[in-house]
Amino acid sequence: MRRILAVLLVSGTLGLAACASKPPVKPVSSQTATGAGAGASSQGAGSGANASEGALGSQQSVAGPEQGLLADRVVHFAFNSSVIRGHGIRVVAAHAKYLADHPGARVRLEGYTDDRGSPEYNIGLGMRRAESVRQAMLLQGVSPNQITVVSYGEADPINPANNHAAWAQNRRVHIVYLTPMQPPK
Amino acid sequence: MKLTQAIAPTMLLTALLAAVAARPAHAQLTIEVTSGVTHPVPIAIATFSEPPSAATDVAGIIQHDLSGSGRFSVLPGGQMPAKPTHAAQVKFPAWKATGSDYLVIGRVKRIANGRLAVDFNLLNILTGQSIVRKRFTGPPSALRNAAHRVSDAIYQAITGIRGAFDTRIAYVAEAGTGAAQRYQLVVADADGYNQRLILESRFPIMSPDWSRNGKWLTYVSFEDHLSAIYVQRVRTGQRWRVSARAGENGAPAYSPGGRHLALTLSGDSGYPQIYLLNLHTQHLTRITHAPAINTSPAWAPDGKSVYFTSDRDGSPQIYRIGIRPGSLPQRITFTDGYNADPQVSPNGRRLAMVTAVDGRFCIAVQNLKTGSFRVLTHGPLDSTPSFAPNGATIIYTKQLEGERGGSVLATISTDGQTGMTLKPTQGEVQDPAWGPFSRR
Repeated sequence: MRRILAVLLVSGTLGLAACASKPPVKPVSSQTATGAGAGASSQGAGSGANASEGALGSQQSVAGPEQGLLADRVVHFAFNSSVIRGHGIRVVAAHAKYLADHPGARVRLEGYTDDRGSPEYNIGLGMRRAESVRQAMLLQGVSPNQITVVSYGEADPINPANNHAAWAQNRRVHIVYLTPMQPPK
Repeated sequence: MKLTQAIAPTMLLTALLAAVAARPAHAQLTIEVTSGVTHPVPIAIATFSEPPSAATDVAGIIQHDLSGSGRFSVLPGGQMPAKPTHAAQVKFPAWKATGSDYLVIGRVKRIANGRLAVDFNLLNILTGQSIVRKRFTGPPSALRNAAHRVSDAIYQAITGIRGAFDTRIAYVAEAGTGAAQRYQLVVADADGYNQRLILESRFPIMSPDWSRNGKWLTYVSFEDHLSAIYVQRVRTGQRWRVSARAGENGAPAYSPGGRHLALTLSGDSGYPQIYLLNLHTQHLTRITHAPAINTSPAWAPDGKSVYFTSDRDGSPQIYRIGIRPGSLPQRITFTDGYNADPQVSPNGRRLAMVTAVDGRFCIAVQNLKTGSFRVLTHGPLDSTPSFAPNGATIIYTKQLEGERGGSVLATISTDGQTGMTLKPTQGEVQDPAWGPFSRR
């Protein structure tokens, strides 16, 4: 048993050296409580494939249409609010029209908050913002299966400073177009 | 146990993870005392005699623990009249002249099987009597922990409160930007030493929580861009993904018995709700129903109810609900504006939370019996309180104002008198969770 363990450890170390640019930690086992998609390796392969990208959506919203308002991928919000306002309404409408016209296109809506207060409550607030954009898109004819929502809360701010200007920049939803290599789950 | 059998085919990946877990985390934590009691207890800790190979300054660790608590003023080494290691060598008048009330002396000795024994004696300088003397034994690698146990015994003998120096914390460290950005889940001793890397990821890690036996951690990790909840054995690094549903998977909290997680799921509704997940059967039970944000479940010590944050009445406030289906929630906090991140003290009598006072986010405690409410910190950007297992101290995230932002860990005693910060040498640290008392 000890020898088997030693071999496993060595192969584990080699595996690390061979993929030094990838995240070194992969899921041991993905056992969802529903039992659906409980394969042990599916998620590990996925995160390895994305290794050359930036950490979160804000660094990688390069895929997708670029014309006019479609180049704008960020919707901003007031403190503790998920109401889409002013310019944000036009940005969401432009993307909704594009998505409705291109049923094969997929987006991930990423909700973010400023970093005041509870990080867990902020995840809920970011989710509410992403959901607010999703509902607006659905009303404009986008199919539910074109949209994935996630909330990162106060993680990965556009501006890491702690002042009112930075907080306003950080309260946002990113519209991230997914390439065919990155199917939504 | 079902989970253990289920992962047997994936032992190779387990070994890979264990190799990662053995790596040290890279940013050390340095402690700075920020506030202490008005009249700290004067105490002298004489240098312990140690075998030459021990290479651990036991008296130095005890001095560091006690002065860091803010309740003791430790006599500087240069002012000590002698270096006694046995009670018979102590000349009390000379120690009385230093102004100290107490003297600690001790020895580290090699015993059988390569183990070490730490003997200490806490002496009352005014009476010349021994207050407590004990021996702790362990392998040389556990000498720091033995020193913390001495600190625990001294702290308890003098303050009447069980010490929590020989405990561990888990927290999230963040370093680098852009493609080089890394999040690390780290476990360290309560004084920031003995760091162990539990998980490293390009994606955010959040909300770590310990099982009550200290063997497991649960946390949220956003690998592959989406949130999922994991449970992980601290010692081996083996882990299981226990929830990766559509929408939010957040805020996991181990039940006192360890069989359930309380957690937050939003599903397709966009309204995060509290659920219980049975880790043995994977059975899921919904607890909250209000169309609002419901999150941050925190168990009452009896395991019969959870406290949580909800904005169902407009602003975030804290509620309690029984875990039996059909239980009705009861509002717990009534101060204006913003109360979130509930944590229940180990004895169940107090609730710690983050509260907003004139736009400043501070740590506060509420007495659950009398309802009395006390703001402990000054903010302006404090969050994620977690009680030490003795209930005497709260550790929390303190974000820094200004252009650079960033965050450190900080502690405050529940009487508001003593505090310190734990600053990383680089990067930032956040989301601390204080582990249980160790079982030695």
